[in-house]
Amino acid sequence: MHPAFSVIFLTTLIGVGQGLFLALYTGQLYSVIKVLPVQDSPGFYGYGSLLALVFLVAGLIASFFHLGHPERAWRSAAKWKTSWLSREVIVLPAFMGTTFIYAMIHISGWNPVLFALSADFIVDLSLLVGMINTVLAFSLFICTAMIYACIKFLQEWSTPLTVINYTLLGMASGFALSAAFAAFVESDLINFYGGWAIVLTAFAFITRSAALIRNSKIKYKSNLSSAIGIRHKNIKQKAQGSMGGSFNTREYFHGAKPALFKSIKWAFLVMVFVVPVLLLSVALASDMFGLFALAFIVQYVGLIAERWFFFAQANHPQNLYYQTI
Amino acid sequence: MTQLALVIDLNVCVGCHACVTSCKEWNTSGTAGFMSDYNPYDKDPTGTFFNRVQTFEIGEFPNTQTVHFPKSCLHCEEPPCVPVCPTGASYKREEDGIVLVDYDKCIGCKYCSWACPYGAREIDENQKVMKKCTLCVDRIYDETLPEAERKPACVLACPTSARLFGDVNDPDSIVSEQIRDNGGYQLMPEWGTKPANHYLPRRKANITIHKDELTRVDNPLNKERQLPMPGDDEQTLDDVMSW
Repeated sequence: MHPAFSVIFLTTLIGVGQGLFLALYTGQLYSVIKVLPVQDSPGFYGYGSLLALVFLVAGLIASFFHLGHPERAWRSAAKWKTSWLSREVIVLPAFMGTTFIYAMIHISGWNPVLFALSADFIVDLSLLVGMINTVLAFSLFICTAMIYACIKFLQEWSTPLTVINYTLLGMASGFALSAAFAAFVESDLINFYGGWAIVLTAFAFITRSAALIRNSKIKYKSNLSSAIGIRHKNIKQKAQGSMGGSFNTREYFHGAKPALFKSIKWAFLVMVFVVPVLLLSVALASDMFGLFALAFIVQYVGLIAERWFFFAQANHPQNLYYQTI
Repeated sequence: MTQLALVIDLNVCVGCHACVTSCKEWNTSGTAGFMSDYNPYDKDPTGTFFNRVQTFEIGEFPNTQTVHFPKSCLHCEEPPCVPVCPTGASYKREEDGIVLVDYDKCIGCKYCSWACPYGAREIDENQKVMKKCTLCVDRIYDETLPEAERKPACVLACPTSARLFGDVNDPDSIVSEQIRDNGGYQLMPEWGTKPANHYLPRRKANITIHKDELTRVDNPLNKERQLPMPGDDEQTLDDVMSW
């Protein structure tokens, strides 16, 4: 497939936003059950969530560049019963709205206690809203990834690993950003977030590698013989029906030379996994904000390459009809 | 339930592209907006087409067959492009099974084109909406046309009658009959899309001829030559006598 940068930025940016929110809420939840210290400043979760919102809005804006008719985008909520894209269109604004509410509860300080599960476990409004938003965050990961995983003849995408990778990569980058955020405001959660960023990056490395290995061994169900229905091993295309190319030759081919295509794979493996883990390890030892920020930036740039490769690697069966240009 | 479709006979398609130009001419002139072209008379011409004819060479020289392969939307009975559409702009008509795009609802997200394994959909770069074969829905029901012309433009244009049009769910229709009798098949059946359009394969007309059938054992000439020819001034009775 031809990777569209609008979709690359949409999926990576909202992944960071979702991951950052999940990191913040995990911090809050852990502090309620007294695993982690409570953050003195109520703004920690609040401003952190606003930062997550910035990424979500940026992703949403990027997505509009993908549309031929952005002014009709509201229509895309209609077919949620059948379309994962429609579901994403519903869940993304819901997640953004709830993230904003969560941020406002923390920043305003208006956070009434709702009920207490025990003397130690007091559920206030922000905890409940955060819990709802956590469900929305994971739903959004599923919706985004299922847009690709549900197309069964795009065999590189049609695997549960697609959903797992979108989730883990989004969370890894979000936790890396949360570590940088914690370092910036000099919170004592630096080690917690930095440590989990490394763990999530390691898990994502395992599942993304599994997807790469799986995709390198794919046996394609369609071939030229089934595409035109002629049983012969030796079929050569002589004309594709147009001289100067068509939508079919532009939309479904990435157009990169094999050397570039391969080098992007190695580039993202190094930039998403190896370098951030090394930088985060050094950063955890030194508590330097700059190193945490650098780890996040390197990982995010790596994720752009990762998403490019994700799209480029998918081999659409229609390409069988366009072998000779 | 009616399922209108095309049956394309690869045995008689000569690859003349008349269906391509006829399709373009009819559909670019319709009320739904023209089909945009870019650099039509320049380097790298490109544009929106509902129908293309491709050419494939089967086998290796000297045992080769050239197959011209017209390719358009197959109007699948299980169209994978329809459920993925977020707006409902892509839909399959209940009454005749034609898969259509509502240009007023389409947001141009291209997701349906990703979800079609045949690459039958194209975005119109001018109108920014997804377009595809409509089976000439604006002509097949047009009662101002003579009944014989209420067929898709490509079918009417085909000089070799390689394109047939009808209801594939009606066992007595011309298309069902052709699919039945001439081994009609579907493209990429492995994805369960159940394309309504069918293709008829290349068919060779073979007859077995034995050697003795090439020479007539009872050839009267053989008998005739056994006798000397009559002289020029002699009378001949070709019809009643044998020499």
